[in-house]
Amino acid sequence: MLELSLEARRGGFHLQLECRFASDWTVLFGPSGAGKSTVLRLVAGLERPDRGRVALDGRAVTDTAASMFVSPGRRATALVAQQAALFPHLSVRANVAYGLTGLKPSEREARVEEMLKLVDAEALVDRRPGGLSGGEAQRVALARALAPLPRLLLLDEPFAALDGAASDALLERLQSWLRTHDVQVVMVTHDATDAYATGAEVALLREGRLAALGPAEMALATERNRIVGRLSGAKTD
Amino acid sequence: MMDWQALTLTLRLASVTTVILLAVAVPLAALLVLGRGRWLAGLEALAALPLVLPPTVLGFSLLVLLGPRTAIGRGITALLGHPLAFSFGGLVVGSVIYSLPFAVQPLVAGFAAVDPAMLDAARLLGAGPWRLVRTILLPLARRSLLAAAVLSFLHTVGEFGVVLMLGGDIPGATRTLSILLYNQVESFDYAAANRTAAVLLAFSVVALAAVYLGSRPRGGRHA
Repeated sequence: MLELSLEARRGGFHLQLECRFASDWTVLFGPSGAGKSTVLRLVAGLERPDRGRVALDGRAVTDTAASMFVSPGRRATALVAQQAALFPHLSVRANVAYGLTGLKPSEREARVEEMLKLVDAEALVDRRPGGLSGGEAQRVALARALAPLPRLLLLDEPFAALDGAASDALLERLQSWLRTHDVQVVMVTHDATDAYATGAEVALLREGRLAALGPAEMALATERNRIVGRLSGAKTD
Repeated sequence: MMDWQALTLTLRLASVTTVILLAVAVPLAALLVLGRGRWLAGLEALAALPLVLPPTVLGFSLLVLLGPRTAIGRGITALLGHPLAFSFGGLVVGSVIYSLPFAVQPLVAGFAAVDPAMLDAARLLGAGPWRLVRTILLPLARRSLLAAAVLSFLHTVGEFGVVLMLGGDIPGATRTLSILLYNQVESFDYAAANRTAAVLLAFSVVALAAVYLGSRPRGGRHA
């Protein structure tokens, strides 16, 4: 359960959000500039809100009223963005192992193998990020983020670099693994098909405000009507 | 005849200064790049101050500060058993301050050029500031580290005003190659001065060539 009460100003943009994501998989949907990525960065602790609180499973990780801020690495939260941001001077193995400092070498090696198998990237283990395709780098980034077994996974359009079939297969495997390990997911997308495909709860964000929250059919009803309206308008032109 | 004492003293001073400078400049540059707060602008200005401060002014200020007129100077004298001024230790202190910007600025530029997304990724994976510096910033900015080391070394090798003010001209303790060159010119021994100048020039050319060789892509810049 992720509880958010956030207020943040970034130049002329004003984010004001008060909501609770209880579903295993929540899609944060909205047009560019709606504040979706900012929400993820605030939840991950990569940015601080002007005012507000973020709580994961009842435990506050940001609370401006109590001057409380848990650093990003201590939130049991992972973030995978569109840009893989792999460490170019480290092998794929070392990238995936980066967050596993607390494990014994044998456990670390086993975890790296498990994660690379999950994202179908075992063959890349000794490669350097410079030689990977966009899709391969994205899968390794996902393995690296999941390796420390986070409680919350934040995805910021991470499947953009993957082609359709690979993306679907990966998504299916990923959903099963996340359910097994009880990891809550919040995924940002501006593609309505992603929202429907995951069968998730959808939070519709518009100009920094929550416009709707609920099942995809309900939350995206206005969005669907708007698209249908535009298409039928185009037809009659 | 080459003055080997002045040469080894100069190399010792430059080496000790470079090691201390890197130990100070790496965390300082990391703080300037990773830190938050307006006070960091003041700190950055302070670290750059020796760039615009005349070396003689810096040398004179340190001479007074480390001498018997101030409590700091008296304290250091009591602690060491001798004053820092006119000693090798005094030269190291002066050189570290004088060359600080030459170590800090390449490192700040190198650290700032590292993709912030990589720093975010490392932070999310639990890296604290020291691990960020050790495993991400330094490996990705290793050319800047090399530039900082070479510039600090060369700047110290060629230093004159601070050394003369703070150290005077004591053979084996404070007479560096720059002071030796000055003495040789003063006594019209131009042949010896030419040799000393050639040694100083050779240091600069060889070290800078090493830096440029290290920072040049193998296939050329436009390959």
